[in-house]
Amino acid sequence: MSALLEIKGVSRFFGGLAALSDVTFNVERGDILGLIGPNGAGKTTLFNVVNGFYGPSQGEVFFNGKKISGLKPHQICALGIARTFQVVKPLQRMSVLDNVIASAYLRVKSKAQATKTAADILHFTDLYDDRDVPSKGLPLGKRKRLEIARALATRPEMILLDESFAGLNPTEQNECVDIIKRIKGNGITIMIIEHHMKVIMSLSDRIVVLNYGQKIAEGNPEEVRNNPLVIEAYLGDTQGA
Amino acid sequence: MTSVQIEVLLQTVISGIFLGGLYALLGIGMTLIMGVMKIINLAHGELMMVGMYIAYALFSFFHIDPYLSIFIAAPALFLLGVMLQKFLINPVLTVESILPENQVILTVGIGMVLSNLATIFFTSDYRSTPVEYATKAWYISDFWKGSPIELSISFAWSVSFFFAVLITALLWFFLAKTDMGKSIRATAQDTDAALLMGVNVKKMRIITFGLGAALVGAAGCLFIPIYYLYPDLGGQFTLIAFVITILGGLGSTVGAIVGGLILGLFESLTATYIGMGWAPIGRFVIFIAALIFIPGGIVSLLKKQRFG
Amino acid sequence: MKKFLPLVLLAVLAVLPLLGLSTYLLHILILTIMWSVIGMAWNLLGGYCGQVSFGHAAFFGIGAYTAGILYSKVGISAWWGIPLSILVVTIFALIIGFICLRLRGPFFALGTLAVGVILRVLAENLTGLTDGNLGIMIRERTWVGKTWYFYIILALATLAFILVKKVIESKLGYYFVAIREDQDAAESLGIDTTYYKTIALCLSAVMTGLAGAFYTSYMGYIDPKVVFALHDISIVAIMVVMVGGVATYWGPVLGSVIMVLLAEGIRSIPRLGAAHHTFFGILLIIIIIFMPNGLTGDISKIKRLFRIGKNV
Repeated sequence: MSALLEIKGVSRFFGGLAALSDVTFNVERGDILGLIGPNGAGKTTLFNVVNGFYGPSQGEVFFNGKKISGLKPHQICALGIARTFQVVKPLQRMSVLDNVIASAYLRVKSKAQATKTAADILHFTDLYDDRDVPSKGLPLGKRKRLEIARALATRPEMILLDESFAGLNPTEQNECVDIIKRIKGNGITIMIIEHHMKVIMSLSDRIVVLNYGQKIAEGNPEEVRNNPLVIEAYLGDTQGA
Repeated sequence: MTSVQIEVLLQTVISGIFLGGLYALLGIGMTLIMGVMKIINLAHGELMMVGMYIAYALFSFFHIDPYLSIFIAAPALFLLGVMLQKFLINPVLTVESILPENQVILTVGIGMVLSNLATIFFTSDYRSTPVEYATKAWYISDFWKGSPIELSISFAWSVSFFFAVLITALLWFFLAKTDMGKSIRATAQDTDAALLMGVNVKKMRIITFGLGAALVGAAGCLFIPIYYLYPDLGGQFTLIAFVITILGGLGSTVGAIVGGLILGLFESLTATYIGMGWAPIGRFVIFIAALIFIPGGIVSLLKKQRFG
Repeated sequence: MKKFLPLVLLAVLAVLPLLGLSTYLLHILILTIMWSVIGMAWNLLGGYCGQVSFGHAAFFGIGAYTAGILYSKVGISAWWGIPLSILVVTIFALIIGFICLRLRGPFFALGTLAVGVILRVLAENLTGLTDGNLGIMIRERTWVGKTWYFYIILALATLAFILVKKVIESKLGYYFVAIREDQDAAESLGIDTTYYKTIALCLSAVMTGLAGAFYTSYMGYIDPKVVFALHDISIVAIMVVMVGGVATYWGPVLGSVIMVLLAEGIRSIPRLGAAHHTFFGILLIIIIIFMPNGLTGDISKIKRLFRIGKNV
């Protein structure tokens, strides 16, 4: 059986500049794949291509063996890929519960079912006590978790997490790591963008490194850590820390 | 084509270009405001109407030539624009509301008040400034005796067009060469970067709105010798300005000039060959075609060429 | 108790004509109810789904002209316009949506504004169909009194209210609000934003068109300048919602009461009548600056104001 997500020779140009050039890798079912690289390496662009916000300029993306590049984001979501945003996009004037209900409607018909799904997921992400708070009133840590909760409510097979740890304090980070592990435990495949090296190295099964839109390394955390290209491009200046 | 048909076509093209030049001035004011403040000013045509009434009043009471009243109307509109921006639009930019289009609706409110006040002060009668050169025209046969075709060019239209080009050139110089012009352009391109570079963004916004209003006020003075005036005329010109900006590309002065010329030509052709009443339809056919086929405006096409 | 409030209000309204109100008062009531239908319609698209339309006169006018043309060209009662306008307005809404819904935010607003103007110019120029600026006159009035007109518009308003409530409490409502709050997020959560925006537009357009079709039968005369008016229809539709309360059930109702009374009040003052747009404009500016979510939307703000007043 082929990998769950296959990215084949994907390039994406913006006005002549290549944000991604000829990126190829697979994400295996059930894995956590860490996507790292310096700022501007093209990580979020890659998410946007997988998620359907941008079509690839060249190359193709397959999910479950089906070509998804060229589909719209809502179609890709319906096929089973959910995502979070680096800059959180909560539905500000809706309560936390309503935020999640809105996503849960993708898979269920009735309001009762949607509410039940939403409640389950809020328990899962530890947000149930905040269910009636308007989401713009949440602190950043909980807003990041709400992003994850919303994505989960669409019952995805795969979830793309874009910097879910950025700006969190250590306690919140630990909670988040915990949730991600539990998501994996439920059999959901994860692709995660993260700057926090310690977290990403401990969580990921495999890591892909991007630099200037190109894939410069791929492997398990140990291999990537020792890859000279990666050290030069990215880890070099943080290793001492 | 017979020579009469050629004459009609050429005459139509010339008046289209003249109209387009004035439209460009109208569009530049709108596009400047849109670029710097990221808001759409739906009171733009009403500001022009105010400029026209200033010129009309100066002509009727003091016999000041409409072209001279540019020097009064433009500064007056600048002040009006500055005050609108400072006291009405700026506060709304920070108000939290469900509808994000609040500032657009606000400018509609401003437009309503302006045109209604004009009705109260000047009644809804049609006005014009009967200058003595209104019917004067240049004939091509005056310059070239043996010309196979005869064209007439209205004196007032050509003077208005000349001033429109002159003002556009001056504006170009201001934006390209002066420090303030450069700051305005920086604010339009990237507000955050401009802030970091030490540009007083708030001040630039106020000045830009004033400048946009002054430009459209000047356009009003250029329109009044060749057009009639009534209080509700603003709405139609707001739409024209908006169509030009969409056609040319948001925030682009070059786009506004090109867009203005295209629209002027197109309207002139529609009026000659289909019928006067259909000119507004032609305007919106262009508008919708631009929205669907060139969503970034003409400027985006030029850019694509460069990077291609 | 609160649950029965709509029923109580409906019952009170239903017996009003039996009390022998003057024709003028009944006329004001009819206008108010008609405007609350338009307000509810605009609110569904603008308030809940976040697509601010500056061109609802387009749908009002199409509804009105459907009824008018049925009378003047087909030779049947203008009342047939009420069922038929549903079909006609839906077709127009689909076309307009196809063009305008690809635009976001203020550009959608301006696209719809342009559509409103285009339709007015069409109605002025397609004289074979619309009789142009002469307008269409319905020569035979169905009823001399206003009572039955009142009940018909009341029934339409009741249906509109129920429709909006059902829609908002369903999956559609969640999707509309999600689209309003963040279109990108909604799209990535599996919501086909174009599809649902089109639904919101069609529902809103049909409700507005019904009000237009009613208007033709009630007023007995339409012309392009009146039914496709930018300020007096499209902008007033926005104001009804903004004054009353954005994205609330009762906002449009409250807003139409205020706007109709205000309009009538100003018009009846001899020297100020001509200035009613100035008053509307100033009211609009004040509302936007101080109460952008309307009377019912910003109720907490208003209460706070009064509390502060009492303490001082």
